[in-house]
Amino acid sequence: MSELLSLPFMQRALAAGCLVGFLASYFGAFVVQRRLSFLGAGLAHAAFGGVALGLLLQTEPLWVAVPFTVAVALVINWIRSSTGLAGDTAIGIVFAVAVALGVVFLSLRETYTADAFAYLFGSILSVTAVDLWMTLAVVAAAVACWPFWSRWAYATFDEELARADGLAVHFDDHVFSVFLAVTVVVAVKVVGILLVAALLVMPAASARLVSGTFARMTVVSVLLGIGSAVTGLFLSYWLDIPSGATIILVQAASFVAIAILAPRRGLQA
Amino acid sequence: MTAERPSDPAVHVRDLGIAYGRREALRGITFDAGRGSFVAVLGPNGSGKTSLIKALVGIVDPAAGQVHVFGRPPRGARDVGYVPQVKTLERRFPATALELVVSGIRGRWPARCSAAEKEAACKALRSIGGEHLAPRQLSALSGGELQRIYLARSLIRQPRLVLLDEPATGVDAAGASDLFDVLESYQHLQDATIIMVTHDWNAAFHHATHVLLLNREQISFGQARDVLSETNLRRAFGHVGHEHAMLRSGSGP
Repeated sequence: MSELLSLPFMQRALAAGCLVGFLASYFGAFVVQRRLSFLGAGLAHAAFGGVALGLLLQTEPLWVAVPFTVAVALVINWIRSSTGLAGDTAIGIVFAVAVALGVVFLSLRETYTADAFAYLFGSILSVTAVDLWMTLAVVAAAVACWPFWSRWAYATFDEELARADGLAVHFDDHVFSVFLAVTVVVAVKVVGILLVAALLVMPAASARLVSGTFARMTVVSVLLGIGSAVTGLFLSYWLDIPSGATIILVQAASFVAIAILAPRRGLQA
Repeated sequence: MTAERPSDPAVHVRDLGIAYGRREALRGITFDAGRGSFVAVLGPNGSGKTSLIKALVGIVDPAAGQVHVFGRPPRGARDVGYVPQVKTLERRFPATALELVVSGIRGRWPARCSAAEKEAACKALRSIGGEHLAPRQLSALSGGELQRIYLARSLIRQPRLVLLDEPATGVDAAGASDLFDVLESYQHLQDATIIMVTHDWNAAFHHATHVLLLNREQISFGQARDVLSETNLRRAFGHVGHEHAMLRSGSGP
């Protein structure tokens, strides 16, 4: 074990897994309670468009994917608020456009597009120091924005009550969307575009089954998110199977176990 | 922002219009609710009652006219208690009744409740006969219990104005009677102003000092006995039910 932990790539992978596990499961608690699971999937596919643009421009793909995905999140918010269309309709429109753009960007490249597959399926063992610093910066920003937890939670419970108490709910929603978009992008390197949505949803869904308060749900979700990232990473190393998929399967196993064994607090009514 | 003057009514509404996009929900509403008054807002479904309450709370912006609460624009006023319609509640949110009441103190969702907040919340719950509900999950409460929790939440900051949107929905007759007792007791104790949307003509007739009758526009505003006339009720509802005769006879529906 100590030999494994002394490997630099494993150290980076563990750090990235813990940081991304924290971010995805923290924001995932809101995603689950706000019924925004499809937004996670939509933003992940939007990240594909950003990654493809980065590859086309021959620059660090994640640097392009971050503003691209944030822009997509804000466009989704704008469509929802300005047209009155349902959120899933707005997401369905925008993420399809982003994926189509991604395909066009990749087709415009003169070189082989095999590197794009690393972003589709994730490659946590190839996490670089730059990726790690970027993720750490997002975690630091999320922790610094801790006061938003009670605002987001209030609006998640009842948007009207939050507005009646003077909260700027629309502004808070934009802040949340930006955090969610950035979280999705930094998580892409760990589990891949195709599995990011699961990383957002599963720890929070498991936590919901054993939590009677939203604060507890948030804490349990974060613990499950970090724990499953570490467990999945070690299992993938020992079993020699893809790390991103292993993390998601560990989360799925946790969900099934909790759903079978745990008392369903608060959901029985 | 202008300072509040003692002569300002609790609520001052002039020529208020509300629209959602191109759809006009309400127009031409003009009334003052004096301090310590109890105003019942009556009207058929879709008449704009809830829109009016939302404009008074500050969560719907007027398309025309003015709304002032204690001389100021209403948004985020700390001395206003608001009881929304319970049917809009997200019941899958993991929370206890105690947390919901404490959210009324903070204006935020509590991560942890302090001992002082718990004590204040329990006191508020006790005042509506619901202290035993404090640890219960919201999803396990009946509609009537939830209404009481919302009422406790709205009163915990000791607001000078309480706005209620159909607070007796899902409450049995005894529960509704208790609710009005609590409201009237609070009103007299704090010299508070109550504005309540209701479908209960009887409650409006017997508890309210004033009635505002709507049907997308103002039909009438004044004392209950004057407003609840056959002519006004026909204009608002298109018919006069047996409730009107019983109101006039004093027996109540």
